[in-house]
Amino acid sequence: MNNNLIQYIYGIADNSLILGQRLGELCGHGPSIETDIALTNISLDLLGQTRSYFQYVAKLQGNGANEDTVAFLRLEREYKNVLLVEQPNTDFGYSITRQFLFDVFHLALLEELQKSKDEMLAAIAKKSIKEVLYHTRFSSDWIKRLGDGTEESHNRIQTAINDLWIFTDELFHQTDADKAMIAEGIGVDVTLLKINYYKKVSSILEEATLQTPSIEYFQKGGKQGVHSEHMGFILTELQYMQRTYPNMTW
Amino acid sequence: MSEKEVKSLEEIFEARIARDEKIEPKEWMPEKYRKTHIRQISQHAHSEVVGMLPEGNWITRAPSLRRKVALLAKIQDEGGHGLYLYSAAETLGISRDELIEQLHSGEAKYSSIFNYPAVTWADMGTVGWLVDGAAIMNQVALMGTSYGPYARAMVRICKEESFHQRQGYEILLTLCNGTPEQKEMAQDSINRWWWPSLMMFGPRDADSPNTEQSVKWKLKRKTNDELRQAFVDQTVPQANILGLTIPDSKLKWNEERKHYDFGDIDWNEFWQVVKGHGPCNKQRIDARVKAHKDGKWVRDAAMAFAEKQENKEVKLAI
Amino acid sequence: MKNWPLWEVFIRSKNGLEHRHCGSLHASDATMALENARDVYTRRMEGVSIWVVPSAQITATNPENNGETFEPAMDKAYRHPTFYELPDELKHM
Repeated sequence: MNNNLIQYIYGIADNSLILGQRLGELCGHGPSIETDIALTNISLDLLGQTRSYFQYVAKLQGNGANEDTVAFLRLEREYKNVLLVEQPNTDFGYSITRQFLFDVFHLALLEELQKSKDEMLAAIAKKSIKEVLYHTRFSSDWIKRLGDGTEESHNRIQTAINDLWIFTDELFHQTDADKAMIAEGIGVDVTLLKINYYKKVSSILEEATLQTPSIEYFQKGGKQGVHSEHMGFILTELQYMQRTYPNMTW
Repeated sequence: MSEKEVKSLEEIFEARIARDEKIEPKEWMPEKYRKTHIRQISQHAHSEVVGMLPEGNWITRAPSLRRKVALLAKIQDEGGHGLYLYSAAETLGISRDELIEQLHSGEAKYSSIFNYPAVTWADMGTVGWLVDGAAIMNQVALMGTSYGPYARAMVRICKEESFHQRQGYEILLTLCNGTPEQKEMAQDSINRWWWPSLMMFGPRDADSPNTEQSVKWKLKRKTNDELRQAFVDQTVPQANILGLTIPDSKLKWNEERKHYDFGDIDWNEFWQVVKGHGPCNKQRIDARVKAHKDGKWVRDAAMAFAEKQENKEVKLAI
Repeated sequence: MKNWPLWEVFIRSKNGLEHRHCGSLHASDATMALENARDVYTRRMEGVSIWVVPSAQITATNPENNGETFEPAMDKAYRHPTFYELPDELKHM
């Protein structure tokens, strides 16, 4: 049961970790100082959530585990984030689209997770939900600005949406750990979030004068630990210090 | 206005500053006061924004989650400080875009320290401890500067900065209490950053022609050499607590002066970096130019969107 | 294309206190100005309410006219309680 719970938490927390890491890359390089500061705030929220989840995992694991052994010392296959969050910061349009497509899902997930029978998960969800509400508002506002801004921005954001769309379906895939945790009343059945997700995303895209892609072929793998080529590079940086100088305190 | 009238206005103006009155935007001020302030405040703003880059370099590689969020928050603060300062400069009748253009063209300067590379994790500690430490010495004094918006920005900045230096020092303390490898990493970092940190206070007083005017306007409360001395005096005991050696064989307590004596700064290196030939000058400006250029379509889109919304509202009102 | 205009930010630090000017920022529209103000000026729980106003919309007194604008109030001491002489026995009023 513990292992399923841990795997289940990875499935949630690794999204926050990897997306937080991706946003961290942008700090100091945003389109305006104000936007830079805003994106960093989102990154800090996500990393804060990650710490709460991993402190819980460490407690479940015992044996001297801590949030950092959990965050830094797994093999690539052991990270269970979705492919969407590991996609690169190709430009601001991709970063915002990635954020938007994830935020809408994240919010719906946390709304359910706060009802979890696992008190710790429920508490983390409850605290995170306010942060993610803000993220959703922020990214939705930007989708509208870019979609209904200039011709160039409209085209660029539409391209980003088309390209990242193939990663949305995976958000609603169930893993074995998911199933086990749903049975315990701990986990959220993500398949039930799918219809509303696409409804909400489409309505914001429509408001932004953007097309909802009609692509039917999707990518998957992250939830099983089979990641895109980007993941190795993300981990190379993330784990650099811990791998180069093992067993030290920082 | 006749020359005589300007002269008498200038006298009144200087007397106000001497009485510790603040000067506020839109009040009459000598053209030189305005220009000097635009130059200094924007240089300060640019330093904050360029200063985000060497540290930003380590966000993705921070060795623990705790360190990662602290570093991110610190760099974010620097962005905020840049923003406060740009805003203060804008009250003098120049736009942020013009200021950024001056940075990108090389017309405006920023603190040379950020033209040095941050190559190890220990550098995150050293930058916080020495570089922020040196910056704070200047900034605290500037809280009492004569131009109101600048002074207020400094108050806010100093309040927020207080965690920055502690953040850096704690990183080094952890390294120094760690393995020999970690301590060596810390020592190596001090070896590289010590002299550039001393250079942050600028040329020797004898070679710094602006000092007298700046002191009068309270842009400078102490001279370069006084601040540098205060910094050395303050820092040496902190290095001792860490157990690190400051890379200066001439560094010695002088009982008579009640100050530390220290060795000669390599002024050739100082001028080389100031003139644009430091290890990272080009890289830093290139990064800023790229961010600004890449962001153009985003800024334009937001503006176009805002205009469309406004038109819609006008139509609804009609 | 025009640059993002400047906005002035006012923050109420807690209920019971007035909004106070705390700084400015750039934003393309009011929504973004509020979001930016939240991210820039309330990172350390500095506020419970934010106002943003386009800087161009603020009408200010001209400091050159400060003499006639503000100095006439200076000699109206009778507006202040200390102007009135009362016996010492009267401790509080």
